[in-house]
Amino acid sequence: MINWLANPARFMRLSAKTLPWCGWAAVTFLVVGLYWSLVVAPPDYQQGDTVRIMYVHVPAAWWALGVYLFVALASAVALVWRHPLAQVAAREAAPIGAAFTFVCLASGSLWGRPMWGTWWVWDARLTSMLILFFLYLGDIALANAFEDPSRGGRAGSVLALVGVVNLPIIKFSVDWWNTLHQPASVMRLGGSTIAFSMLAPLLVMATGFGLLFVALLMLRMRSALNERRAMALRLNAGGPQALRSEREQPVPARTAPQS
Amino acid sequence: MLSVAAFIGLFRRDLHLAVRQGGDTGLVLGFFVLAVILFPFGVGPEPALMQRIGAGIVWVAALLAALLSLDRLFEADYQDGELDHLALSTLPLELAVLAKCAAHWVATGLPLAVISPFLALLVDLDPHVIGIVFSSLLIGTPALSLIGSVAAALALGARRQGVVLSILVLPLYVPPLIFGAGAAEASATDAGARAYLLILGGLSLAALALCPWASAAALRQALE
Repeated sequence: MINWLANPARFMRLSAKTLPWCGWAAVTFLVVGLYWSLVVAPPDYQQGDTVRIMYVHVPAAWWALGVYLFVALASAVALVWRHPLAQVAAREAAPIGAAFTFVCLASGSLWGRPMWGTWWVWDARLTSMLILFFLYLGDIALANAFEDPSRGGRAGSVLALVGVVNLPIIKFSVDWWNTLHQPASVMRLGGSTIAFSMLAPLLVMATGFGLLFVALLMLRMRSALNERRAMALRLNAGGPQALRSEREQPVPARTAPQS
Repeated sequence: MLSVAAFIGLFRRDLHLAVRQGGDTGLVLGFFVLAVILFPFGVGPEPALMQRIGAGIVWVAALLAALLSLDRLFEADYQDGELDHLALSTLPLELAVLAKCAAHWVATGLPLAVISPFLALLVDLDPHVIGIVFSSLLIGTPALSLIGSVAAALALGARRQGVVLSILVLPLYVPPLIFGAGAAEASATDAGARAYLLILGGLSLAALALCPWASAAALRQALE
């Protein structure tokens, strides 16, 4: 299956057909989910209507972790099996994951101000999510820091695998440390403790975020692959100097003024 | 035991280079002293405040000073082809990385730990807290060298290497910092600093076990 997907041309054909469906499904789930969360779902008995930030904050957090797991797995496949598309997928997914992490941190901060009285606190869960954000940024910076993009891709893959140790720390931080952030209430041993009327819109939003990730990933991978094709075409047409930007082209010699 | 001889030879070579070229230890110590001295100017020299944050200042300055020396770890050998030699030799690349990290620690981390008591005096710490800061740095700087070697191996040959190294190393240096600086704060409590120092030692041992593998993998990717 992995080998079947390794052909870039096949991926372009497949994604050309699937991307519109994925995109529209994401939009539908998000619109329905947002209406359900913001209007239909009941307010919390303690927090009132402020609890509705949860419907953005929690799916963003879940997918921030999920995308990092995806990046790590794709990086492993790219390093071990030299799978060409896995490398592209890992590097293109990282900015999406960074965006989800930022949404999680920002929405959490906005939620914390009315609920906890502070925009930020250095407890275990928040600190480890901030570290995850910096791991994403490091991966993006590293992958773009090399002249040779494949070298950058390999370095980014190794870094993604090194940082995977942060994921269990984030997940279990609320159990291992006495933190301000509330413990797990959905994915825990013994079943979830959240009311179904709140769980349902939460799951709809989570599915919407997931479909958004897949759609954005396919979009980014398609444009990355197109960029590579464009670069290859330029190389074939004009040789290495064709890759230099307009500004770097040698200035044509001006004729000396007749003295 | 050719591997042992090669390991010791590589360690001594790196140590000689660090001592003869001289700049590295001096840069690290100079930055350490400068960073610690600047803080009292920045936050005010009030003794009570200095005692609260002094250990944290010393640890953060040591961390930043260690960061400065990281790009020298593999870059020179990468440029002149010595790293290709090491990758092809009979000495496993993981052990070569370990030898280089050991020499790096002796040339930078150990001096940092040794002069930390004098700097701790500058930030008005009590004598027993100075002892805790010294031991925490002694235990924690090997972790800084080892974790830093992973970042240095990843950033080999990168443009703007200093920026990339800083971004890479920041999330990975936070655990030793938390437990190292926390040890000094905990020494004021009944429980004492023992738990923090033990965890810090655990971090260093874990880094000793895991980082050579990660660095060697990153070096192999760089040498392809």
